[in-house]
Amino acid sequence: MNSYIPLLLLFLFGMILAGAFLALSHLLGPRRKSKDKNASYECGLEPSGNPHDRFSVKFYLVAMLFILFDVEVVFLYPWAVQFKEAIQSGMGSFFFSEMILFMVILFVGLLYVYGRKAIEWE
Amino acid sequence: MPMIELKDIAFIILALITLGSAGGVAFSKKIIYSGFSLLGSLFGVAGLYILLSNDFIAATQLLIYVGGVLILILFAIMLTSKIGDIAVTNKSINWKVAIPIIAGLACFLISSFSGDIWKVADKTPYQSSVSFIGNALLKEFLLPFEVISIVLLCALIGSIVILKREVK
Repeated sequence: MNSYIPLLLLFLFGMILAGAFLALSHLLGPRRKSKDKNASYECGLEPSGNPHDRFSVKFYLVAMLFILFDVEVVFLYPWAVQFKEAIQSGMGSFFFSEMILFMVILFVGLLYVYGRKAIEWE
Repeated sequence: MPMIELKDIAFIILALITLGSAGGVAFSKKIIYSGFSLLGSLFGVAGLYILLSNDFIAATQLLIYVGGVLILILFAIMLTSKIGDIAVTNKSINWKVAIPIIAGLACFLISSFSGDIWKVADKTPYQSSVSFIGNALLKEFLLPFEVISIVLLCALIGSIVILKREVK
């Protein structure tokens, strides 16, 4: 667990640094407001439309498909950690074929996604 | 008084992150800020899992909850129509009922935690649980492991079938 302490410290210092920069610029920076400065920033172009606009519902399907493949990655993780040891104990090809089978089954799902044109923009 | 260890400090920081963000979820005026506050809460819970020597659960928490479920929640908020028009407030209602329940629950928790029945487990050296899980999945529980992929495939096809029908 001690190997994770540096990670926690990194996050902590990251947060402190980000907070300090924001606080310093808020406290020390001059504030000379003008109409152009207060306009919302949209890559340098004139802002158009409502920023609180709705998104298309089609994004939701993409997000759901993403979660399913995200779960697949979760199972890749212990496999990847254990793979080197498996090679040394002579089970490398067995481990490899297991994961290939796992991924081929999910690849069928990906083919189905393409076949049904589920992520195509209509 | 026992000496404060680095582990305790880490626990306090993580608990503060978790509870602070949970407060943000509960008290934010706008629902989108509640959604974003959930990030800190789920993240803090992942840290607590690491503190309990369970790094696989922590990685799963980060990948699925922070990376996936939170995105779905934020999408759901951004997709909902006219969410800005409705006065979505987190006003406390029914506090006359809530206060006795909370007080009773607090009494129960304090009395059960202040008892002397909580023993500290023997300190075992930290060991990553990932390799155990990897070995178990790929040797002992090989069939369930492959069945998982079929379950995921079914979920994938099911979600597309349902969504495609609704679009038409």
